[in-house]
Amino acid sequence: MKSRALGIYALCALAFLHVPLLILIAFSFNASRFTMWEGFSLRWYQAAMSDPQLIEGLINSVIIAIVAALLSTAIGTFAAYGVWRKSAPLLSGSLYLSLVTPEIVTGVSLLALFQWGFHFLHLRLGLYTVIIAHVAFSIAYVAIVISARLRNFDRSLEEAAMDLGASEWHAFTRVTLPALAPAIAAAGLLALVVSFDDYVITSLVAGVDSQTLPMVIYAMARRGVSPVVNAVSAMIVVAFGAIILLSQRLERA
Amino acid sequence: MGVVLELRNVVKEFPGHRAVDDISLALERGGFYSLLGPSGCGKTTTLRMIGGFEQPSHGDVLLDGKVVNGLKPFERDVSTVFQNYALFPHLTARGNVEFGLRERKLADRQARAERALELVQMGGKQDRTPAQLSGGEKQRVALARSLVLEPQLLLLDEPLAALDPKLRKEMRSELKAMQRKTGVTFLFVTHDQEEALSMSDKVAVMNNGRIEQFGTPEDVYLRPATRFVAGFLGAINWFGAAGVRPESTRISRAKPEGVPCRRGSVESSLFFGNCVHLNSLLEDGSRAISELPREENHFTEGEPVWVHWAAADELHFE
Amino acid sequence: MSPRQWFLFPARLWMALFFAAPLAIVCGYSFLTRGDYGGVERPWTLESFTRFADPLYLAIVWRSVWIAALATLLCAVLGFPLALFISRAGRHRNLYLQLVLLPFWTSFLIRTYAWIFILRDTGLINTALLRLHVIASPMQLLYNDGAVLLGLVYNFLPFFVLPMYATLERLDPALLEAAADLGARPFTTLWRVIIPVAAPGLVAGSVLVFIPCLGAYLTPDLLGGGKTVMLGNLVQNQFTTARDWPFGSAASLVLMASSALLLALLMRSRMAKELM
Repeated sequence: MKSRALGIYALCALAFLHVPLLILIAFSFNASRFTMWEGFSLRWYQAAMSDPQLIEGLINSVIIAIVAALLSTAIGTFAAYGVWRKSAPLLSGSLYLSLVTPEIVTGVSLLALFQWGFHFLHLRLGLYTVIIAHVAFSIAYVAIVISARLRNFDRSLEEAAMDLGASEWHAFTRVTLPALAPAIAAAGLLALVVSFDDYVITSLVAGVDSQTLPMVIYAMARRGVSPVVNAVSAMIVVAFGAIILLSQRLERA
Repeated sequence: MGVVLELRNVVKEFPGHRAVDDISLALERGGFYSLLGPSGCGKTTTLRMIGGFEQPSHGDVLLDGKVVNGLKPFERDVSTVFQNYALFPHLTARGNVEFGLRERKLADRQARAERALELVQMGGKQDRTPAQLSGGEKQRVALARSLVLEPQLLLLDEPLAALDPKLRKEMRSELKAMQRKTGVTFLFVTHDQEEALSMSDKVAVMNNGRIEQFGTPEDVYLRPATRFVAGFLGAINWFGAAGVRPESTRISRAKPEGVPCRRGSVESSLFFGNCVHLNSLLEDGSRAISELPREENHFTEGEPVWVHWAAADELHFE
Repeated sequence: MSPRQWFLFPARLWMALFFAAPLAIVCGYSFLTRGDYGGVERPWTLESFTRFADPLYLAIVWRSVWIAALATLLCAVLGFPLALFISRAGRHRNLYLQLVLLPFWTSFLIRTYAWIFILRDTGLINTALLRLHVIASPMQLLYNDGAVLLGLVYNFLPFFVLPMYATLERLDPALLEAAADLGARPFTTLWRVIIPVAAPGLVAGSVLVFIPCLGAYLTPDLLGGGKTVMLGNLVQNQFTTARDWPFGSAASLVLMASSALLLALLMRSRMAKELM
């Protein structure tokens, strides 16, 4: 009796979580530009895929995401491994802190750093500053995924490797790394998504000609009228969903 | 012959307690040795210091006459068989055995690996992964993996602990045979005194971080150096300051002449198949166990008896 | 350097240069004065911090705390039953967890935009109600505190449900049976057995929602228009349009300090230890 009510409630709650996105996606197929259904159409998808700003934003986002993900996955994996061998409280603490720091604060602090550095280095904001920022906040995510996997890793395997003549580096590459491979892939995909989706930090440290996809979407959302945003949203939701599901499957492998 | 391993006044301190408290030991090449003691006596820590996974706080570890204190595991000519075998899950049995050979970049490693697997009777299962092997099979692969490197000393950390009793007994004779065949010096850590006694040329009995006695199985069983060694190596009855083994403790209805004895009554009996253990409650409230052959057990529960032994069978300590 | 130090080096370098140093700079800026062209210069002063005593800015701090607290309360009230349901769902637990997490893994920006689409003057609700002649002119559903609250709850509900579920999952059904056996009715059981056991999850979930809500920027920006100004918006504004970096830095520190303090309290509490 109580579970009946609970079940119905849960259904409503889950609906609450999913319906807004489903509505968004549904109306991306609306033939009309107004919020009244006037028939099925793919015109907004066509418009989205031929919009030069969106395309440029997409390309920038992809480049940034791939580079940032590669860097942060490598750095984060090494860090998680180092901490697993022997604790490093300062590093762990700063990684946790970076997770809890509000994005706006991370963003403005990096902006302050870059401006300060540019005094001396005669550089400007660009794609590379975005990449640097993304790596900075992604390392923690990667470290968490790898640490979780390492918690279940048998330490005596590395000892056995060294006992058989492998140096510490060889023990890592020949024994631990193969075991970590799925988790590393999962972490990489996570870093990819986290980087691709970022708006707040990116908007602060991006250069004038390094607009990312979220930045373009933000501008369009602000202007408010076109269902092109719906179409882009739908494509992103599907793409992200697929990547995350893949990442979770890898994490469990 | 030569001394392959020497420990000189080795101490290992952890924050809070001393795991190893000044031990000294010398092992001759080609023997089968055991490090025997209860949990927490420091035997595993000692093994790890020999293998290079821990560093002594004081004292020296010498392999083949050279001090190896600072050397890492991969710099020592010692190999370890871990308690949980530590087989690499992503490699086959053959891959595991070849691992150390690959590190040394030996050209004929495949042939050597195959020979090693034959030696441990795993010839047909080379391409199985550890997940597909039973406990006993995993242990053989772990052995092959270490022996294929022809180390000066092989360390075994309670390798039989995870096996069922019947398999354990079989493995004992196999391990002994393997040691004789390869000639590699074995150092075997265990808490099971039956294992230590049945396999070793010499046994080091450890307690609270110290070696209480180092001798042949006969030495430690028949001529224990301390009360602890006496009690650990087998059951023992204490009559005041004297200890007597159950197999030397006789039981009879009539009072015996000219031998130490105590009065009591039969409390219970335990049947072991080949022999019987009779538990007697003595007049002073203590208990004694007598071991009798099956045919001689004609006593009943509650019967008043005399427990006696030969004075020569008494063990005395300070 | 030992091999292990080499592994730690890249992360240490990156975090030092691009996390710690920036924060240190912001810390320093908060004690300086606004320059003529928007930079910073001496003299050193506490003016940026004392400015928070101004009712205008106090209101912003208060609104941030109030909205974050309200959002947290709503997440707790809405999320607890959901977590309870999932913990009792047997084999389907993981499926439900996935369903809760799935929206979370889509874009934050898009999730927020979805509510713009639904709530604005020409959005779904208004269009539908106008069409059905329920209302004569569009309702102002967007660009107010309520919309911001809605957006925050929508985005951060999973942050509450997950730790809550983790704690409830450890709730032994035998406890409930024992309570019933001793004569407790369902509501009493909830109050006197379930909630005390679930307390660590409640605390953890609340903190995990409160902290990001306190520092929210995008949600009040998109869903609140210019009217709902929270600390996050203040910081952004000072660093861009207003170009008052010292003040923006001070606001950042206020934000960071409150988050760090809350988190430290959580970490130290008995509850956190139970949760780990």
